[in-house]
Amino acid sequence: MTTISPVAPQDSTLPKVRVDMLPLLLVPVLALLMLPLVGSFPTWVTLTVAGLAMGMMVFMMASGLTLIFGLMDVLNFGHGAFVSVGAFTATLVLLPMKGWVEADSILMNLSVVGLAILLAMLVTGILGWAFERIIIRPVYGLHLKQILITMGGMIVAEQLIHVIWGAEQIPLQLPTTFRGAFIFGDAALEKYRLIAVGVGLTVFVTMFLVLNRTKVGLLIRAGVENGEMVEALGYRIRRLFVGVFMAGSALAGLGGVMWGLYKETLTAAIGGEITVLVFIVIIIGGLGSVGGCFIGAMLVALVANYAGFLAPKVALVSDILLMVTVLLWRPQGLYPVAKR
Amino acid sequence: MSEPLLELDGVHTHIGQYHILQGVDLVVPKGGITVLLGRNGAGKTTTLRTVMGLWHASRGTVRFAGGDITQSPTPDIATAGIAYVPESMGIFSDLTVRENLFLAARSVKNADRMDEARLEWIFGFFGALKKFWNQPAGTLSGGQKQMVAIARAIVEPRKLLLIDEPTKGLAPAIIQGMIAAFRELKQSETILLVEQNFSFVSALGDSVAVMDGGRIVHSGAMAELADDRDLQHKLLGLSLDNHQ
Ligand SMILES: Nc1ncnc2c1ncn2[C@@H]1O[C@H](COP(=O)(O)OP(=O)(O)O)[C@@H](O)[C@H]1O
Ligand SMILES: [Mg+2]
Repeated sequence: MTTISPVAPQDSTLPKVRVDMLPLLLVPVLALLMLPLVGSFPTWVTLTVAGLAMGMMVFMMASGLTLIFGLMDVLNFGHGAFVSVGAFTATLVLLPMKGWVEADSILMNLSVVGLAILLAMLVTGILGWAFERIIIRPVYGLHLKQILITMGGMIVAEQLIHVIWGAEQIPLQLPTTFRGAFIFGDAALEKYRLIAVGVGLTVFVTMFLVLNRTKVGLLIRAGVENGEMVEALGYRIRRLFVGVFMAGSALAGLGGVMWGLYKETLTAAIGGEITVLVFIVIIIGGLGSVGGCFIGAMLVALVANYAGFLAPKVALVSDILLMVTVLLWRPQGLYPVAKR
Repeated sequence: MSEPLLELDGVHTHIGQYHILQGVDLVVPKGGITVLLGRNGAGKTTTLRTVMGLWHASRGTVRFAGGDITQSPTPDIATAGIAYVPESMGIFSDLTVRENLFLAARSVKNADRMDEARLEWIFGFFGALKKFWNQPAGTLSGGQKQMVAIARAIVEPRKLLLIDEPTKGLAPAIIQGMIAAFRELKQSETILLVEQNFSFVSALGDSVAVMDGGRIVHSGAMAELADDRDLQHKLLGLSLDNHQ
């Protein structure tokens, strides 16, 4: 191996690494702008934490979906099914182990919720595998059919829930030590919301590390940009996709458990109700971008909470207004994903 | 000439309803550079994509290193030892130069474990890569991106490199550097190089094939074509000859 002089030294000024900071600023700027409008500081703190908590849960439900679209161009309108199934699966643990839920012991509460989450993620992950195989695989590349068949899958899932769990609402009790609030001055911070923020941040950081530090994660990011090239380098993009689909479904299941506990009642429609919101979030974030999805989820949830307090009538359309505003600014979403 | 490494035999490729390759017969011997010439739209890119399994031949066979890869999926073709540098370069712009090369280094599980000596060998051709090692590849200039794309193809030993118009859109000085790099590379590699500009490759190639209308219309030794002005005119036309 001989070496020669490097190619084109004149072509090598150091390009500046541009991290697009503007979208990152949106969340704090929005929150600060709302402070004078809300008027009372304690109320503002409560609203903001409520918004962040909701945002974290929406992020869990949406993050898988954005990668599923980014990697294989698959529009999965059935993603909400995993939210519902996750939440209902959790009842298989939470209801029989009522004693652990009601016990005034952090350890017992955490164990029972942890177990419920584990089971829910396992079931939704496996269900995701089957869903990909049976429902998605025949319609690769066919958007209209994807929309129809995944919506169909969603309806089937809801009906199956009715069959298994009945059509009644199921009350879901929040574990004893997760109830109540921490009081800081005049501001009350509900414990469960803080827990949701903690879980959401953990999910986000984990995803970030996987996507940036592992070969599989890098392949997923590379595949979102140019799947053909990933194949030409010798990797099977389908296999990556199945993995992403399963993980995304399991995360939706986790989001479902968290969301169900938040609402404290379950209906089979819980997943369907959140689907529109989830799609708004991933469109705002830029389809395929996990970072964008995170910011999008925070924005949507914060705006919903502030609007619910300031102008309840606007709250009904606040998500749509937010999406339109963002798309007017950045038509591809906050973090457009480069496509070949 | 030694036995062929790659052999296309009567290959037809359809893209949708279009019949693009109409019976391509092409032989790439082991070692050195085989240049695939031909004007825009002749079917050069489609030929490389068919070899790579990104399109599948509707008729004919593609044989590589003794095996039939005509209907093999792309990842299998890659693992069989063919590396591909597409016309669009296909770099992952969000990923750093290092991460781009890491993904191309299939046998390596950890980016820190890439073969240092081999990387230094690559930096010998493409010094800019060392400098921009941890920069997102999307921030590089066109020429530097091309270096990333080629470096990916050689980051681990492969049997055959398919390189599609690496000089396209690059400034003359950079093209000269690129050609110098190929001159070194061909000592150890087998390359099927698509190029439109005959003057860049006339001194570089060992053998040559010329495409037109989805067929190979000439193949032989490069030296032969380089010495024969009449044949050049006939095959490549004035426009190519005088281009740039
Ligand atoms: N994706 C495609 N769909 C339809 N026609 C295509 C496609 N790609 C290439 N072609 C056609 O195939 C012919 C050969 O193209 P190509 O292989 O790219 O030529 P070259 O690389 O020699 O310039 C051209 O006529 C081109 O228009
Ligand atoms: Mg071409």
